[in-house]
Amino acid sequence: MTLAALFFYLFAGVAVASAFMVIASRNPVHSVLFLILTFVNASGLFILIGAEFLAMILIVVYVGAVAVLFLFVVMMLDVDFVELRQGFLQYLPVGVLVGLVFLAELVLVLGSWTFGEGVTGAVLTTTSDVSNTVQIGRVLYTEYVMFFQMAGLVLLVAMIGAIVLTLRHRENVKRQSIPAQNARNKAAAIDIVKVPSGKGL
Amino acid sequence: MIGLPHYLTVAAILFTLGTLGIFLNRKNVIVILMSVELILLAVNINFVAFSVFLGNITGQIFALFVLTVAAAEAAIGLAILVVFYRNRGSIAVEDINTMKG
Repeated sequence: MTLAALFFYLFAGVAVASAFMVIASRNPVHSVLFLILTFVNASGLFILIGAEFLAMILIVVYVGAVAVLFLFVVMMLDVDFVELRQGFLQYLPVGVLVGLVFLAELVLVLGSWTFGEGVTGAVLTTTSDVSNTVQIGRVLYTEYVMFFQMAGLVLLVAMIGAIVLTLRHRENVKRQSIPAQNARNKAAAIDIVKVPSGKGL
Repeated sequence: MIGLPHYLTVAAILFTLGTLGIFLNRKNVIVILMSVELILLAVNINFVAFSVFLGNITGQIFALFVLTVAAAEAAIGLAILVVFYRNRGSIAVEDINTMKG
């Protein structure tokens, strides 16, 4: 067994095991941490296959952003997670049944599947004389620049949507009002009171 | 040597675990969102494996876009979840029945 095969089975085994723990662990915080482990191992698989750029993007986007977002939400919501687990055994038979059907279908597809005629004669072929990142950059900013910008728009809309959804204006909270501060002048701000001697205000 | 079927098998198992997670955790929306992330990861593994073994970089480009959409979906989903918890005090799927759908 070569070193690459050894590492493939290591990454694949840990990825599958931690993916199982994501759906099986009792505490959602543990689920998120196993999700991080799954993504790290999947990026290891990507590095093994030669897609280094996507491996690093997977680490940055998933482990750095999405998993931390999940962790924040899980820790922020004060939910009784023991209560949430109660239907687990009730749904276990139908869930396992659906899972087995899915797996059987996928195995059947895998077993009987071959490449079609002329599939390898694609237009944008990979070459080994430049790195994976250079290849992706050459295609992404020329052939797919429209889709690239649309992906950026999707992210922008998601960001605005998340902010609009979760922004909450609390009542009875003192806030700085820039227009009110700018509209203040000396005449309105100062009130000169004549105080007669011997008497209070 | 590790070939395409190995990667497809890993992706198939991850996909199955994702669907299983959606079916098993009927009460916890957070775990359902994580299962959707697992399914999208399986799709990405398929895209990258086919891209490399066909010698066509387009699969990796598409995997990049899938990653973008997955990140946007997670952000929006968690935002909806936070708003829902703020209004109803629960994240159980069975309690999400306001629209009687």
